[in-house]
Amino acid sequence: MLADIFINPFIEMFAYPDFLMQVLWEGLVSGILYALIALGFVLIFRSSRIFNFAQGIMVVFAALTLVGLHAFGIPAWISVILTLGVMFGLAVTIERVVLRPLVGQPDIILFMATIGITLFLIGFGETIFGGENKVMITSELGIPTGDTVLEPFGGLLILQHLDITVVVVATLLVGGLIAFLNYTSMGRAIRALGDDHQAALSVGISLQTIWVLVWFIAGIIALVTGIAWGARAGVSFALEVIAYKALPVLMLGGLESITGAIVGGLMIGMLEKLFEIYWGQPLLGGNTETWFAFVLALVVLLFRPQGLFGEKIIERV
Amino acid sequence: MKDTEGYVTADGRQIGGTLMEMKNITLRFGGVVAIKDISFDVHEGEIRAIIGPNGAGKSSMLNVISGFYTPSEGEVWYQGAKRPQMKPYEVARMGVARTFQNIALFEGMTVLDNVMTGRLTHMNASVLSQAIWWGRAREEEIENREKVERVIDFLEIQHIRKTPVGRLPYGLKKRVELARALAAEPSLLLLDEPMAGMNVEEKEDMSRFILDVNDEFGTTICLIEHDMGVVMDLSDRVVVMDYGKKIGDGTPDEVRNDQAVIDAYLGVAHD
Repeated sequence: MLADIFINPFIEMFAYPDFLMQVLWEGLVSGILYALIALGFVLIFRSSRIFNFAQGIMVVFAALTLVGLHAFGIPAWISVILTLGVMFGLAVTIERVVLRPLVGQPDIILFMATIGITLFLIGFGETIFGGENKVMITSELGIPTGDTVLEPFGGLLILQHLDITVVVVATLLVGGLIAFLNYTSMGRAIRALGDDHQAALSVGISLQTIWVLVWFIAGIIALVTGIAWGARAGVSFALEVIAYKALPVLMLGGLESITGAIVGGLMIGMLEKLFEIYWGQPLLGGNTETWFAFVLALVVLLFRPQGLFGEKIIERV
Repeated sequence: MKDTEGYVTADGRQIGGTLMEMKNITLRFGGVVAIKDISFDVHEGEIRAIIGPNGAGKSSMLNVISGFYTPSEGEVWYQGAKRPQMKPYEVARMGVARTFQNIALFEGMTVLDNVMTGRLTHMNASVLSQAIWWGRAREEEIENREKVERVIDFLEIQHIRKTPVGRLPYGLKKRVELARALAAEPSLLLLDEPMAGMNVEEKEDMSRFILDVNDEFGTTICLIEHDMGVVMDLSDRVVVMDYGKKIGDGTPDEVRNDQAVIDAYLGVAHD
């Protein structure tokens, strides 16, 4: 038994390195999507101290809108642009109707408000697009669907073209966001607002503009993740689950940290895959991916309550 | 309203016409009257102080000027026009920069980034241009970076440019806050207790910087302070507040010899 836990999995990893690479690759693909979603959370949290519970449903809503628009006969890429417009409209509406009247309220109230947004979007989405599963318009968007077979170490490594596309697009988006935050005045304003509202106002930063901007960025992220995940699992309200996977990522990485979101996302994506294949399936009957990330996050929280990259909380007594 | 004439200070500096005029400002919070019917003006190029004991309503007055509070009654006239009700960020975009009594810096960002935020009002490249870091956004960033470096040099904080502000000692934080406000090239600079909590040496440094800023850039400065000594040395004209009312207004010498002011500061015997 002990050997099954501590020795055999590692022997297997070294015996079949090609299979290990396959597992890591698949972990990387989900990991980068987790990281992307977590970034959406971090941006909104940093600029408004709001924990955005609605991020998950935004993924579903974006994917549904895209597929729905295409179903009306609108060409795929025009649908993408229109969906971006819808996400922008959503950001403006949320800022106007929900956030602006609640400025200055305690964080928990704003958190509850995002739960309200979630419930509203579920109902609204179902009314307009219906509740049945749909197929993501993968080929219409020109996303390649074949695969490439590599033979490292004389073994076998299959890379789905869809996965490669996801990794490339997500990496570009993450890199772009980081550059935007660090090297532009708008990005600086977003970071500034997260640090100190009063000071931000005093240098001429408009709360409203920044909030619309971060919610729109969250919307873009939602659309990209919606397309990527929808292409594998179909478009349904179950897609929301992927956003909840971002929760352990945030616990691990810390709510304020952009680096944390990225490293945390990749770590969780790969570790949960490794655990599932080498420990979960042989010892626990599989399906560990649904809970492993949360347990990992709990363990980290025990030792570092602020997460791996979060700001250290020092309280004076 | 630039009809008002300027004047010449005791040390021979020429002061310009009226930059801002507060007309009969009253500020109430529920039943509490924080400011009661106060009027005063600020001339271009002068150092104008608002002094008074704790709770006199000085900070409230500064918050009215910078748009954080909206006065219950009264008007603010700025650069010759009546200012409509404005949000703080709109006031900032009109060229009014400020510091805070309890230092409000972006703790997680470096000194350089903090001071760069002071330039935000001068950067208008579109979000799209910024997103792709091309054209206008790029030029702006470089242009503004130069201005910021000049301010950093001027306030002698080059050695901490890349340090996150959260790690700095109190006195330096105050200076960084001043740098951020100054980077905006404000037409009016508001300083809320710039010397609060400082030791003698730091106070002297800060006084020197304030005088240099006024001298070098001709910046109009309106500051709040309750340390009488410092104020009298620094400012050209002084407004004295007590319990929300104005009890004195004039040059430091005039104010110093005003009976009402002496009473407010030293207390007066009630028999």
